[in-house]
Amino acid sequence: MTDKINIAVVGLGKMGLSHFAMVNVHPMANAVACDGARFIREVLNKNTDVTIHSDYAEMLATTDLDAVVIATPSRQHAPMVSAALDKGLHVFCEKPFCLDWQDSVRLAQTAKSKGVVSQVGYHYRYVGAFQEVKKILDSGALGNISHVQAEAYGPVVLRPKRATWRTDKAEGGGCLYDYAAHPLNLLNWYFGEPTQVSGSVLTRIFSEGTDDQVMSTLRWDNGPTAQLSVNWSDESHRKMSTKITMIGTNGRLFADRQECQLYLRSTDPALQGYTKGWNVKYTTELTDDAWFYLRGEEYSAQLDHFVTAIAQGKTASFENGFQSAAETDKTMSMILANADSGVPLGKPPTVSQPTPAKRRGWFRR
Amino acid sequence: MDKLLFGDNQFFGVNHMSEEKARAQAMRFQRTDAIMEVLDVAYDVGIRTLMCTTHDRISDVADRVRANPERYRDFQFYPCMPYAHKYANAVTEHGMLGAIRSFMPNDGLFATALAGTKALASKEMDGIANAMVDMEMKMFTGTKTPVIFIQNVFTDLLIGLGFHRAFRIFHDHIQEKYGAEPAYITMNMPMLLDVLEKQGIERPIICSNINKIGFRMSGGYDAYLDALETGRVRAVAMSVYASGAIPADEAIHWISELPGVESIVFGASSAGNIRGTKALVDKYIGKAQ
Repeated sequence: MTDKINIAVVGLGKMGLSHFAMVNVHPMANAVACDGARFIREVLNKNTDVTIHSDYAEMLATTDLDAVVIATPSRQHAPMVSAALDKGLHVFCEKPFCLDWQDSVRLAQTAKSKGVVSQVGYHYRYVGAFQEVKKILDSGALGNISHVQAEAYGPVVLRPKRATWRTDKAEGGGCLYDYAAHPLNLLNWYFGEPTQVSGSVLTRIFSEGTDDQVMSTLRWDNGPTAQLSVNWSDESHRKMSTKITMIGTNGRLFADRQECQLYLRSTDPALQGYTKGWNVKYTTELTDDAWFYLRGEEYSAQLDHFVTAIAQGKTASFENGFQSAAETDKTMSMILANADSGVPLGKPPTVSQPTPAKRRGWFRR
Repeated sequence: MDKLLFGDNQFFGVNHMSEEKARAQAMRFQRTDAIMEVLDVAYDVGIRTLMCTTHDRISDVADRVRANPERYRDFQFYPCMPYAHKYANAVTEHGMLGAIRSFMPNDGLFATALAGTKALASKEMDGIANAMVDMEMKMFTGTKTPVIFIQNVFTDLLIGLGFHRAFRIFHDHIQEKYGAEPAYITMNMPMLLDVLEKQGIERPIICSNINKIGFRMSGGYDAYLDALETGRVRAVAMSVYASGAIPADEAIHWISELPGVESIVFGASSAGNIRGTKALVDKYIGKAQ
């Protein structure tokens, strides 16, 4: 038992409970939990063997831990992550990482200097179809990509209702932090930090304290223009649905959680297994099985990566390190600032000059 | 249990391959008539069991079945509870405690019990769990429900949290109050089997993915086959086609040679697919229900 990794899951809300359940049955981990709410502590104390702490600082001071999983309301992320890093612990933090992106950058630097594994729960990077998109982009087979649409829809806030932290902007709630963060994080993964953000509109539909709808235009130097379209007050979706569409000089690419569709105008030797015309790959073939499945392979896989990186003595995460999450926090801050002022954030991007077409025969295109 | 059970994912916009297809199905099946047309095709070829979530729309189906006892004399439901999204949305809306309150009956006993969180956490947990089951079962009053399942998200969350006693509470309540067989859906069959045995639940009915390519068989393909061979589980196989990745004939043939698989549950929207699967089950597993 001693060679197992001791992990505390902090915050037993919806995400925290599910993280805890997965860590608790991970063969390489010993899990304890921490939550301030008496109700959940008493239910678990009464019905399970789980050790549950009520005070985070006290737990850090008195418990022999290797790592923490932080799943508290977003505003608490920065101080809690900071305290864990001070103890030299490995940290997995739920998204969004920090509400102030400068905290994110600072904590990323601290994690790096301490040589610990740091990771943020952007689980879409663990969805087979979105990983396939990354592979296709890295191959260059889509050509120059000019046109991107990043969308997320779902049924979270469907009527005016009692406020919780999720509907309080100051706590890190709202459609931007909760929903838009996901497609934005994918855009950061695929294209990096945007050069310019404009046309951002955050709209309240039912919520009193925060946005229910986010639209924005993001541009990259010598890269695409992306339109972000996100709405969490859409009952027609059974659950959150995130999708990315891209058009490049050599075709069109679409992905959601279930499938990845690629139209290629011509094959590319750098991308094996794809033919000219339409190609469709489904979850079934893009997914590896998890050691334990609760709500999707991606949730299991990201935690497994975290535990495995620690067990292997890595000094950084395999994916979703703090630095990459800081990019998304910064992107969201650009959207907020742009929405407030109406003034585009960042310089106009350098527009790529169309590369002169190679001289080809008259009858070839 | 019957050898072939009819599932309901296709009626509610659940499709593991394509969101586009899921939406098309959600459109097609928004009228209960459209659902009944498909169920009638299945019933008329001898598939008499609907294994279904406790989705609100299923209460409409139960109404139709009750309204026509002659036509649906042998029709039976295997309810699978709870419908997870209903609870997840309630947690978002009311918080954890508020969600539990919102699903409890409003009459005396529980209103009092839920006044204090302490009571909720300790003394009353068994009663609350049973009351939640009863709420979910209301829509099936007057129909046949010989087997009653816990949904996989719930089962697997309870496994992960280590709240294993809940399975025993469920088991006893289903037997005592409904005279039915308690059963469990999971994505982690070998792990669940161990947990249930430690609760003294022998040879449980467990529904899980079982397919030739090992798709979503968490805990490993070999562990599933081992569990089946030992005879410790009465298995219901779902995702036998692995969302279409395995040709139908090959998939059913493979399943038919496994020990321990008592039933197959499948979902389909077309008469052709329903009859096709029924014919394959008759061919490889035998006609008798």
